[in-house]
Amino acid sequence: MSPALLLFVALGLGLVGWLAGRAKASAFQRADTSKRPVARPNYHGWYVALWVGVPLLAFAVLWMALMPMLVMQSVLASDAAASLPEFGFMRDTLLSEARSVATGAAPAVFDAAARPLIEPFRDAIQRYTVIGMVLAMSIAVICALWSYSRLNPTFTARTRVERAVMAALVIASLVAILTTFGILVSLIFETIRFFGFVSPIDFLFGTSWNPDPMSSPDADQGDRYGAIPLFWGTIYIGAIIAMIVAIPLGLMSAIYLTQYADPRVRAWLKPALEVLAGVPTVVYGYFAALTVAPFIRDVARSVGIENASSESALAAGLVMGVMIIPFVSSMADDSIAAVPGSMRDGSLAMGATQSETIKRVLIPAALPGIVAGIMLAISRAIGETMIVVMAASTAANLSGNPLESMTTVTVQIVAMLTGEGSFDHPATLSAFALGFVLFLVTLVLNFIALRVVKRFREAYE
Amino acid sequence: MVTVRHENLPATDAKMRTTDVNVYYGDKQAIDSVSIDIPSQYVTAFIGPSGCGKSTFLRSLNRMNDTIPSARVEGTIELEGDDIYRSGMDVVQLRARVGMVFQKPNPFPKSIYDNIAYGPKIHGLAEGKDALDAIVEKSLTRAGLWNEVKDRLDESGTALSGGQQQRLCIARAIAVDPEVILMDEPCSALDPIATAKIEELIDELTGRYAIVIVTHSMQQAARVSQRTAFFHLGKMVEYGATEDIFTNPIEERTKDYITGRYG
Repeated sequence: MSPALLLFVALGLGLVGWLAGRAKASAFQRADTSKRPVARPNYHGWYVALWVGVPLLAFAVLWMALMPMLVMQSVLASDAAASLPEFGFMRDTLLSEARSVATGAAPAVFDAAARPLIEPFRDAIQRYTVIGMVLAMSIAVICALWSYSRLNPTFTARTRVERAVMAALVIASLVAILTTFGILVSLIFETIRFFGFVSPIDFLFGTSWNPDPMSSPDADQGDRYGAIPLFWGTIYIGAIIAMIVAIPLGLMSAIYLTQYADPRVRAWLKPALEVLAGVPTVVYGYFAALTVAPFIRDVARSVGIENASSESALAAGLVMGVMIIPFVSSMADDSIAAVPGSMRDGSLAMGATQSETIKRVLIPAALPGIVAGIMLAISRAIGETMIVVMAASTAANLSGNPLESMTTVTVQIVAMLTGEGSFDHPATLSAFALGFVLFLVTLVLNFIALRVVKRFREAYE
Repeated sequence: MVTVRHENLPATDAKMRTTDVNVYYGDKQAIDSVSIDIPSQYVTAFIGPSGCGKSTFLRSLNRMNDTIPSARVEGTIELEGDDIYRSGMDVVQLRARVGMVFQKPNPFPKSIYDNIAYGPKIHGLAEGKDALDAIVEKSLTRAGLWNEVKDRLDESGTALSGGQQQRLCIARAIAVDPEVILMDEPCSALDPIATAKIEELIDELTGRYAIVIVTHSMQQAARVSQRTAFFHLGKMVEYGATEDIFTNPIEERTKDYITGRYG
């Protein structure tokens, strides 16, 4: 039975259960109108429907995991399996070939030795499918009858359904957390493999980044993987140049929008600003590479800097700064607007000017939100890839000169993973180590930001 | 309809004088030709049912209505003979002279010290730390809060109790040495004990500042004020000495309101 069909059956049975439960509840409500029922008929319906659908689907998932094992067991117990080689590669290949033909995934066997196994596979699959279907249906029917029999006027169907909904919500929120955890674990394993080739000291403190995916993995590679230039490029472009652009512009636009702008101006300016956040970063990349970078180069040459490159950290940082203005401004905007109007009135009534009120009362009170917006913007900038690839090149360069080409951690991750190297080569594995460092850094940044916000927030309530 | 004015008012010097003031919110008229003198030595109470415009009128006395884009004021409001709505009037200076205390205590999310020092700092009233300290102490003392907070001036003003917060706001208003203090239902968010303390404080401040208080509580108006104006539907219905208004109201609506028949 295919998963789609199963889902369909589960939904159908659930609907039947829902209608039946509802009908029963409606009936006993009509029978005795003097008492107020504990739960409305809909909840009785949902109670039965959940008891039909959830165990059925749970069993189906379990069965799908279990069935290949059972099938394999019964095939191995058949006579045809006696002639199979004892262990190893050949045996596995023959078995999987036969299974592919039996399920219809492959037209015919390649190795004639697998042919006698097809029938046993076909039989076993058919047998266990039927068993599974019978079991699933009987589980659904038993659960349906049991839950249906429990319905009575004093049955607390609503609280039970709500408990089920709450469980679903808990599961939904766990998915994100578990995914993060899974990412972390997979990164850690690959990172450990990488550190088998290159020592962490060389990686974290080396100043030369020059991996060669074509080299022999066994050669000593310690001096090729110094990541300092990448960290520096990331910080310089994402956290310094981009922030110098984004923080003042974002804050000032938030102040203008919340404090000075006419409501009509605000009504179209704020969405327009937020559109900026929706522009694909590739488009920003074009803009940076084709317009901003050459412009910066020309300006630099015109003031006498002859060696200015057409790929510069400055171009990437400037465009990235513009890209993240909406992150800073909309968070700042929201948190300034959330400061109670009474604070503003209080300050104005003291004879403070509007700008004094903004500087001394509104911004301090909105600081947690503003800092949060800035942190969000920094982690966005640090993780940004496209703009840097297009405008700042992939050459690692440890320099303070914004006109030179630089590269960042994310750009190198892409370069290493999309290269020709195999997955057990240190060049490829270095991508995971870089990703792990990036993950840790953003985690620490967020942690510090939370502490700072807690420490310095001026709570107004 | 004209305001009924009690005849036997002793003459006082008017700190503020309004003449035929109308206030509009958009097309809606909230205040209809109110003329009143605010005496400099006394507490003037504005009473009346909710929505009668008394708070609106109060807020037009220091141009706080300017912060509401649709609000518009007609007529003249003078502070010592100077029209506060004339063009070129410095609103910042006006509000330093006419302070305000709001319905809900609204201390800044800063330390108690900084709450008081805020006004003197922005108006440059204190030369150096010592002078500022002196202003803070004097203001808190006058607001009857000094003894309660002198050991924790660096704690947040928002950590105080509601009544203390409101006295902090009064101290904050006093700190810039205003001539008039407007109070917009300063006790409506407070419990009876805190209310009694604020009323006591208002008593002590009487004579030093011209005080205008908007209140829902007629007992409060009777206790703290010397002049009372009764507002109804945007009009000032009756004005006179507080005793006269409460013991001897002339207008039928005033009588109904103070005897609790509506409001």
